Amino acid sequence: MNMNYFPDEVVEHVFDFITSHKDRNSVSLVCKSWYKIERYSRQRVFIGNCYSITPQRLIARFPGLKSLTLKGKPHFADFNLVPHDWGGFVYPWIKALAKSRIGLEELRLKRMVVSDDSLELLSKSFPNFKSLVLVSCEGFTTDGVAAIAANCRFLRELDLQENEVEDHRGHWLSCFPESCTSLVSLNFACLKGEINLASLERLVARSPNLKSLRLNRVVPLDTLQKLLMRAPQLVDLGIGSYVDDPSSEVFSKLKAVIQLCNSIRSLSGFLEVAPCCMSAIYPICENLTFLNLSYAPGLQGNDLTKLVQHCRKLQRLWILDCIGDKGLGVVASTCKELQELRVFPSDPFDAENAAVTEEGLVLISAGCPKLNSLLYFCHQMTNAALITVAKNCTNFIRFRLCILDPVKADPVTNQPLDEGFGAIVRSNKSLKRLSLSGLLTDQVFLYIGMYAKKLEMLSIAFAGDSNKGMLYVLNGCKKLRKLEIRDCPFGDVALLQDMGKYETMRSLWMSSCEVTLGACKTLAKKMPSLNVEIINESEKLESEQLELSFDDRLLVDKMYLYRTLVGDRKDAPEYVWLL
Amino acid sequence: MESGCSKKLLDLIPQEKKWGFIENQNGISHGSSEEKKLELKLGPPGEEDEPLVSFGYFSSMKSNAKQAHNKFPPAQEDHRGGAVLTASWAKNHHHQPKPPNCSQKRTAPGPVVGWPPIRSFRKNLATTSKLASESPPSLPHKVAIERKPAAPETRGKGLFVKINMDGFPIGRKVDLKSYDSYEKLSTAVDELFRGLLAAQRDPSADGPKQEEEKVITGVLDGNGEYTLVYEDNEGDRMLVGDVPWHMFVSAVKRLRVLKSSELSVINLGSSKKGKMVQN
Repeated sequence: MNMNYFPDEVVEHVFDFITSHKDRNSVSLVCKSWYKIERYSRQRVFIGNCYSITPQRLIARFPGLKSLTLKGKPHFADFNLVPHDWGGFVYPWIKALAKSRIGLEELRLKRMVVSDDSLELLSKSFPNFKSLVLVSCEGFTTDGVAAIAANCRFLRELDLQENEVEDHRGHWLSCFPESCTSLVSLNFACLKGEINLASLERLVARSPNLKSLRLNRVVPLDTLQKLLMRAPQLVDLGIGSYVDDPSSEVFSKLKAVIQLCNSIRSLSGFLEVAPCCMSAIYPICENLTFLNLSYAPGLQGNDLTKLVQHCRKLQRLWILDCIGDKGLGVVASTCKELQELRVFPSDPFDAENAAVTEEGLVLISAGCPKLNSLLYFCHQMTNAALITVAKNCTNFIRFRLCILDPVKADPVTNQPLDEGFGAIVRSNKSLKRLSLSGLLTDQVFLYIGMYAKKLEMLSIAFAGDSNKGMLYVLNGCKKLRKLEIRDCPFGDVALLQDMGKYETMRSLWMSSCEVTLGACKTLAKKMPSLNVEIINESEKLESEQLELSFDDRLLVDKMYLYRTLVGDRKDAPEYVWLL
Repeated sequence: MESGCSKKLLDLIPQEKKWGFIENQNGISHGSSEEKKLELKLGPPGEEDEPLVSFGYFSSMKSNAKQAHNKFPPAQEDHRGGAVLTASWAKNHHHQPKPPNCSQKRTAPGPVVGWPPIRSFRKNLATTSKLASESPPSLPHKVAIERKPAAPETRGKGLFVKINMDGFPIGRKVDLKSYDSYEKLSTAVDELFRGLLAAQRDPSADGPKQEEEKVITGVLDGNGEYTLVYEDNEGDRMLVGDVPWHMFVSAVKRLRVLKSSELSVINLGSSKKGKMVQN
């Protein structure tokens, strides 16, 4: 029987079971009737590039919107390649939503500029607002956070991850009213300033649903102990300061209360840590599925290894490279459920102290059959190791390798790492995200174009020999959505070969490559559905220089292009040229 | 053509071996022909088989690995021989390559912006933690906790901090461990940027013109055209020179050379001690 004979409410009910954004998008394309039903029933919208659409159009299409996710700056902004005021301002979105009748309940932002005014407007405009998640954002102070605390009566989630927040050392935490008892998740680990510890204790005490609590570095161990007493039901804990004398009474109390916290599955923080106190943690290690020690440089390799030995159920591990290859061997033999591993450099600029090498990675690949996501900073890598990893692991969805010297060859054979990465893409057919490093020629891109058929995001730096490299990727990777390239010899020929390709992608970033202004202009002219931006950072341009710099032969420093439905944005700073 | 001017610019980029971007002991022999390849040259690509602008081992690596490989497909325009520009660098786009944008990619000759690809707060983790453990926490039961220095081999190495000068998008790095006083740091700042300043003033200059370079002085006492400030481990901007040298070294995260005339508009924070708040 044709679904069109069902009343709308029934179809809508069926759609309730379709939750993924991709599927909902597909559903809306089937026919007009489904488009209409889908749009009225849609509650969650994900916008990967805030400049691809305007808030007004979003509101017009989805009047029932409750949850909005927005991303702003390109990924390389994380590494200081994008100026701070490039864009990604959330204020216009909040303003438009506030004016509308949208009953916003959840806002998740990544790499956006968030002002205190935005936060205040947000906090006052949506009576049912429940959840604010800010990741890698900037532009706000603790005053803005205070507004959220004070005004969002039913707040469940306040999650601040790795934001740059100006800390006014005010009492934002004390701004949660006594009547606020709805908190489920509170993460303020990225804040640098003092908070009122007594307020924190009271807040936790009156939040019976609190499941996730991540503290910042000023919360000392004795407060932690008191908090855990109040909230033994925690599932996710981020420890601030973990420093005390192991023989103290406070520490004994902590040890005792930790034993009661048998719901904790996720542990992070240790922003300040005394290694001798780590033994108190061992009892909860058995149950951990996520352990993040990447903010804890106070722990040495031995400390890390001893801890990890207790974590047999670990699925995700984020750690610093001081764990060493041997430590990774311990991980490999202990953590048989491991799916995701991230190894960060503890001293990124000390190239002479090789903490982890290809050996550690090989051990992990051999010991952890479920491994599907990797971020690995190391000092060297060999083709042989990568080939071994590719044999051992065929389930990678994310594979990001960062060799600290970006052009380093295989130290054993002096060859580029083309074959190694080639093996990885050949054997991991589900690979969605790949980051390359080391000495690489066009050959690696040939492999990627041939084998990485599911690849959605590719990050390239200091690699390739010619335009062919980029062309292999653009032609071969049919599912490519995000391509970011820096310092590669790719130029106009590659950029302009298949301009239609960029309409199938979210964005392309090219910096310090060989693309000329003229080519960018051509692309912008021929493809009105793309915004082509040139970032030219020398702020003190004289007008004469500006004129001369419009020479089409000029090599552009940074180009960022993205598809959009709404043309040029109006909020670009002076030094961003919209072609 | 304009090679003299650009050569001067390039000379300023230090071969900072501590970065590990330069070669390790891979058993590659570096004869005099290798050294010739390491010379800086400019000109249209394809004139020679070897890469033109080579900063380090990479070119010799490449020539060992792929002898006949010509990196320069002739299809591209011939201006491409290393001229990467933004308007602030040159009025005429035929000048001055800006490494590492040179056509000969991936010689990564020293500190590179945005590399390694980690967020800023991760870069400072090791130093931050060391400082945190050294400042006395104010807990009642506090007893001095024994802290092993992190990986002793890493201590005693250089302490590289970024230094940016107003008006230049590209910064430098200085190793604070190689100075023992503010004066030496001030001299280093002058040496680093004097040439760049002069090049900016007179970009068509054909070669080093020592007599036209203005020495950068007075960065510490507020009398000069520029003043040296730094960002400390708490994220505050401070004038350089107030605290004893060793204290400065342990707190500094990055340096900036600002125009003295713009100092008043910059929010200089006061140093705040103590992180714990009791109720």
